[in-house]
Amino acid sequence: MKDNVIIDLKNISVSFGDNQVLKDLNLYIRDKEFMTLLGPSGCGKTTTLRIIAGFIEPDEGEVIFDGKKINSVPPHKRNVNTIFQRYALFPHLNVYENVAFGLRIKKLPEKQIKETVEEMLELVNLKGFNKRNINSLSGGQQQRVAIARALAVHPRVLLLDEPLGALDLKLRKDMQVELKNIQQRLGITFIYVTHDQEEALSMSDTVVVMDNGIIQQIGSPVDIYNEPKNAFVADFIGESNIVDGVMLEDCLVEFSGHRFECLDKGFDKNEAVDVVVRPEDVDVVAPEKGMLKGVVTSVTFKGVHFEIIVDIGGFKWMIQTTDYEAEGSVIGLYIEPDAIHIMKKSEYSGMYGDYSSFSDEYEELSDPEPEEEEEEEEE
Amino acid sequence: MNRRSAAVSRLIASPYIVWAALFIIAPLFFVVYYSFTNSAGGFTLLNIQTLPKYLPTFLRSIWFGIVATLICLVIAFPLAYYISQKSDKAQRTFVLLIMLPMWMSFLIRTYSWMALLQDTGIINTFLGKLGIDPIHMINTGGAVILGMVYNFLPYMILPIYSVMAKLDYSMVEACQDLGGNGFNVLRRCIIPMSIPGVVSGITMVFVPSVSTFYISQKLGGGSFDLIGDVIERQFQQSYNYNLGAALSLVLMVLIVISMAIMNHFSEGEGEMII
Repeated sequence: MKDNVIIDLKNISVSFGDNQVLKDLNLYIRDKEFMTLLGPSGCGKTTTLRIIAGFIEPDEGEVIFDGKKINSVPPHKRNVNTIFQRYALFPHLNVYENVAFGLRIKKLPEKQIKETVEEMLELVNLKGFNKRNINSLSGGQQQRVAIARALAVHPRVLLLDEPLGALDLKLRKDMQVELKNIQQRLGITFIYVTHDQEEALSMSDTVVVMDNGIIQQIGSPVDIYNEPKNAFVADFIGESNIVDGVMLEDCLVEFSGHRFECLDKGFDKNEAVDVVVRPEDVDVVAPEKGMLKGVVTSVTFKGVHFEIIVDIGGFKWMIQTTDYEAEGSVIGLYIEPDAIHIMKKSEYSGMYGDYSSFSDEYEELSDPEPEEEEEEEEE
Repeated sequence: MNRRSAAVSRLIASPYIVWAALFIIAPLFFVVYYSFTNSAGGFTLLNIQTLPKYLPTFLRSIWFGIVATLICLVIAFPLAYYISQKSDKAQRTFVLLIMLPMWMSFLIRTYSWMALLQDTGIINTFLGKLGIDPIHMINTGGAVILGMVYNFLPYMILPIYSVMAKLDYSMVEACQDLGGNGFNVLRRCIIPMSIPGVVSGITMVFVPSVSTFYISQKLGGGSFDLIGDVIERQFQQSYNYNLGAALSLVLMVLIVISMAIMNHFSEGEGEMII
């Protein structure tokens, strides 16, 4: 029996026209949990959120809230509130009236409205902004108003749709901490949608990695990072070198022409597998001492470390090291058994984890645009 | 650099400035000048003193203008909302249909209504065929207001529609999300956010309705004189330019006042959409 589950999605499928956005999705969310739906643009994470909010009714499956099926309950009758991607604040109302909006609909007495609004504005550090015009606020302040407005009606669950996407990096980091604090202080469930893996790892109790309308992995941030289930998850969360390997026996794997000790068990004898090695887990040693040997093809200074690309038998590895290695030099690599993670082969095998075409520019080009997904879904 | 771009923008604006001076500012000046002079060109207040005689006509014009504007608003608001909810293609079709009558001459459209409304006109002939006694429609106040509504309705629909079409749908979702049912969405979200469009629509229907003369002549048969008719007669028949100018001046002042009142309502709602 699952404990204190507040929302349970059972076998949810959704299509927009010919485009199947969610495929037989199963997910439950515990009360007071901070859960993040993480994935690239178009993976179905926003759709999942909108199903919980009530803006989309699933074609198949059940949405259970607090033990009751709520598939066709309209949004205004659900004890769930949303922080919209672009805040959706009411431009014809000032800060106070925006926060009071939901309370006025409930027709609460004026005194109670005032108390709640003041309390919420204090919670989001916007005391004294009551009379300010929405359009005169900065992005971060608008964000805070949106949070206060949603929390003022005391939802059981708060849904956040890429809430920090429009903010600059520094502000985003501050807001991450603040959101986490608010969640813990108020003790309500947060369901957070983002394509930013760092955001997901640093804030969440549980991370749900999605791609193509399918949940790839559910787990704690540490699990997701250290024990990715397939090449997609390994690549999406952080940097990874993913190479083809053969599991010779329990705790012994062969890849890149070398046998390595590892900690993974339970695979068939000589099963083909994907091997993940995180760039920060590789030690650079003298060529003759290394388990693997390769030529440095590029070096980038990243502040905390150097990011070097090493060609090992035609496969480009990314390695993060604090020591400078000159381009063209031959280095040895040493990999500890606990730095190796073995994954079963999946449909994503061979698609990720080779850095031969890597450049920062590519990374930016492939960065998901939040707008794209929305457009698809409004069809 | 800045001074140069300022000079360039002045240069670009200069044709319009010349135009405005010649055809807007100068005529206004002449209206004021004629209002306070007699036919010999001497200063007089006689024109102004004659005005109270026309008070009933002024009041009728304003009353008809208000009624026509309200009817337009009642028709246009739901229609504009309906259109704004349709697909892009349907929206374009609707806008085209609304503009279509405007491609025809205003005179022809009004004449057509005469043909429709006359005692022996198309509608009454049709009713007669059905065995219904003819209804007297032409030359009534109702016919004049009908003419105003028909002619000026697009000017109410289009500005309201253009505001509604730009309305961010996530606002509606936010309202629902915060507990608003359909009625709340309309009252607390769509109506307040459409105010700028409503204000320009009201201005654009009320002003021509108050000052029209052709509609009242053709559909009112002369028994529902509006202030526009009186002004037209001063210029076209009595050749009393001075009284005509004085009447126009009062009408202008009235319109400026009503626009100022309307603008006051839309204060802080962003720029007027005209």
